[in-house]
Amino acid sequence: MTGIVKTFPGVRALDGVSLDVVAGEVHALVGENGAGKSTLMKILAGAQRADEGSIEIDGTPVDIDGPRAAEALGIGMIYQEFNLVPDLGVVENIVLGHEPQRGFWLDRREAAHRATAVLADLGIALPLGEPARRLSVAQQQMVEIAKALARKARLIVMDEPTAALTEREIDALFALIAKLTAAGVAVVYISHRLEELPRISNRITVIRDGRTIETRATRDLPQDELVRLMVGRSLDAHFPDLPPVPPDARVVLRVRGLASASGPHDVNLEVRAGEIVGLAGLVGAGRTEIVRAIAGADVPTAGSVEVGGKPVAVHGPHSAIEAGIAFITEDRKAQGLVLGMSVRENTTLAHLAAYAKNGFIDGRAESAITAREIEELRIRTPSGEQRVRNLSGGNQQKVVLAKWLIGDAAVYLFDEPTRGIDVGAKAEIYALMVELLRRGAGIVMVSSELPEVLGMSHRVLVVREGAIRAEFVRAEATPDRVMAAATGVSAAA
Amino acid sequence: MNQPNDAAPVAAELERSAELARAKASRAQLLRTLGLAGGLIVLVVVINVFAHGSFLTPGNLTNVLRQITYNAILAVGQTFVIITAGIDLSVGSLIELTGVVMATFANAMPFGGAGLIAATLLVGLLVGCSAGLINALPVVKLNLPPFITTLAMMLMARGLAFKLAHGRPVPLNSNAFDGMGTGFLFEGLLKPLGLPGIPIAVLWMAAIVIVFSIVLTRTRFGRYVFAIGGNEEAARLAGINVGLAKTMVYVISGGCAAVAGLLYMARFASGSPNTGIGSELQSIAAVVVGGTSLMGGRGSIVGTFFGALLIGLLNNVMDLLNIESYTQEIALGAVILIAVIVDELRKRYLTR
Repeated sequence: MTGIVKTFPGVRALDGVSLDVVAGEVHALVGENGAGKSTLMKILAGAQRADEGSIEIDGTPVDIDGPRAAEALGIGMIYQEFNLVPDLGVVENIVLGHEPQRGFWLDRREAAHRATAVLADLGIALPLGEPARRLSVAQQQMVEIAKALARKARLIVMDEPTAALTEREIDALFALIAKLTAAGVAVVYISHRLEELPRISNRITVIRDGRTIETRATRDLPQDELVRLMVGRSLDAHFPDLPPVPPDARVVLRVRGLASASGPHDVNLEVRAGEIVGLAGLVGAGRTEIVRAIAGADVPTAGSVEVGGKPVAVHGPHSAIEAGIAFITEDRKAQGLVLGMSVRENTTLAHLAAYAKNGFIDGRAESAITAREIEELRIRTPSGEQRVRNLSGGNQQKVVLAKWLIGDAAVYLFDEPTRGIDVGAKAEIYALMVELLRRGAGIVMVSSELPEVLGMSHRVLVVREGAIRAEFVRAEATPDRVMAAATGVSAAA
Repeated sequence: MNQPNDAAPVAAELERSAELARAKASRAQLLRTLGLAGGLIVLVVVINVFAHGSFLTPGNLTNVLRQITYNAILAVGQTFVIITAGIDLSVGSLIELTGVVMATFANAMPFGGAGLIAATLLVGLLVGCSAGLINALPVVKLNLPPFITTLAMMLMARGLAFKLAHGRPVPLNSNAFDGMGTGFLFEGLLKPLGLPGIPIAVLWMAAIVIVFSIVLTRTRFGRYVFAIGGNEEAARLAGINVGLAKTMVYVISGGCAAVAGLLYMARFASGSPNTGIGSELQSIAAVVVGGTSLMGGRGSIVGTFFGALLIGLLNNVMDLLNIESYTQEIALGAVILIAVIVDELRKRYLTR
């Protein structure tokens, strides 16, 4: 790909990016959020068209005018959000769009044969009859990879493949990638987890502000220099210093015996003003479900919630918000934002009553608070009127934060606050959490990134099978102890 | 937070390109409006020649406005429903049911005048809004598709209207509604301009369009309607009472059907159980031609009004040109299809 240019309203997403990939290599593509990685990959996949520039495959210029064309050229895409049909089985998903037929009828036996052949090549076992929605995230990802291979992909693009995987699943994925490259398949690997790149990639290309900054062999590119290239400045410590919790700090959130239909049971926890409590655990352990129950996203079936000493009857999101609980969801596109609405409309959505009189919205007050939040959180947007759909992931996340910050809540529940966003934006969000502590708020943070939980929590609670199984103060929370509690090893020992 | 200083030029760059994009968008908008207006003027002149001058007369244009009254009012309610990504198929039948109930009620009352109109309207609204409530409850409580619940209401309301009316129109005894049905306002004032005055029914329509346009664009409720259509889960987690807002849109739609039913009854001096057949589809057509997305989250009442106006003009022109009704239906269908295609292409051009 040479000199690719792509503009959107208000944003020049790509401004002359070049990228070359050779067979059998894992080529990492890194850059801050909004740098243009996703756009570049969408152009390669035929989901969008470049305004300028050229693409060559095996030295021949090609025109990728749609997903079918990309597929015919041997390009396979595995997006962060998978493209499986939830109610179809593994086999049906793998052969989707290329169903073998016998005359007019589907040839089920041939389909199963093809799917199992690909899976056998990869050395993975999947429950073939299960509909895709019953599979784990890691299994769904394997189906996606098998699907790409069944279509004879020679280049597979993976967008943040490890974002939702556990350590063990990541090991399995890396083994799988090694098998692919040994067979001559090239992999373009997009990730924010820089620490995994030396393990998996041969070369790294850094893009920034829509331009290629550097392509280099991974071993010649130490981590700190990589970060410097990505952000265009050096970033020192990952995590800010957490201010200590004063011994006399009052309890802002007290949860007793909480349960909900989605799994959590007998959950007890306390958060004091100025304290971050981290919820650690494996994916699927029930951490998200616990904060959802506190926030009223799932209605609790038992137990009590107190905010600032006052009992709260949580029977829906509204009652929790009224009581001073803000819930920053893990999936900003599906749960956090109305993508078709502007930055302004999203910012005030949860507190519109404060910006309205007698039911009529006060447009001037709305614009003023939005301008203030754009400034304070440094949201990169042309104006408050820009549709959130057109912003990059990190900036979308900041809009979600703005939405809750304007309410001055007593308790903030962060569910995966930095998932899929870049190093620079991460640091900003951490700094913001510290700022909230200074204002006297309490924070519960769910995170799948162990370093984040350990680095950003005063106390760590470990969740397994819907309940809190262990508690560590910051000094005692070591990676092996937390992981042991999360996997249940210590209980067995 | 340590502030990177190179963010400033980036921001300036963004600002500049945003300006360009906005300029491009507004140019495209202007071109489209000019193109549309120019095209319409040429079309209107050509049509007027073919219709031997009978189209561009104040009397005929006033007539068009009066003809679209019922559809425009139904479409206002329908717009609210469709922005929440729902649909209301019952409005046509509700014109009939409310018309029959209101005519029966008015006949039974011993008094007349404005009091009778107010009381009758109230009864109609009660019926229409209750039907809207019944439409909404299964949608809100059980998450059933509104297509089904309003389809069921369409059948039930029509059946009930026939039953109550014993299968034939209920003629109005009172003449209290004559002004509303056929009367004009400002006759003296507008005579020098060659206008017959403004039909009272058209004023009702104007009031409803203006009031609900303000409700949709300026109130919290209006904002919530858009938010629910754009992303219902995000709206719920923002503490919005999604169930209440969704209930409200169906109640508004039922209420609009009741007002349309009142005007219909006044116009024809009877409540008839079969006047509304196909009206629900006409109202949906007006909404869609007016640029409201059937996927929810996007739309406007003003757009809906122009959608209804465009369809009304088209019907009127084809009448004047003596085009037979079968051909009219074909033309109308084609116009709806073209309108939504043009709208989609325009959106793509703007987001490019």
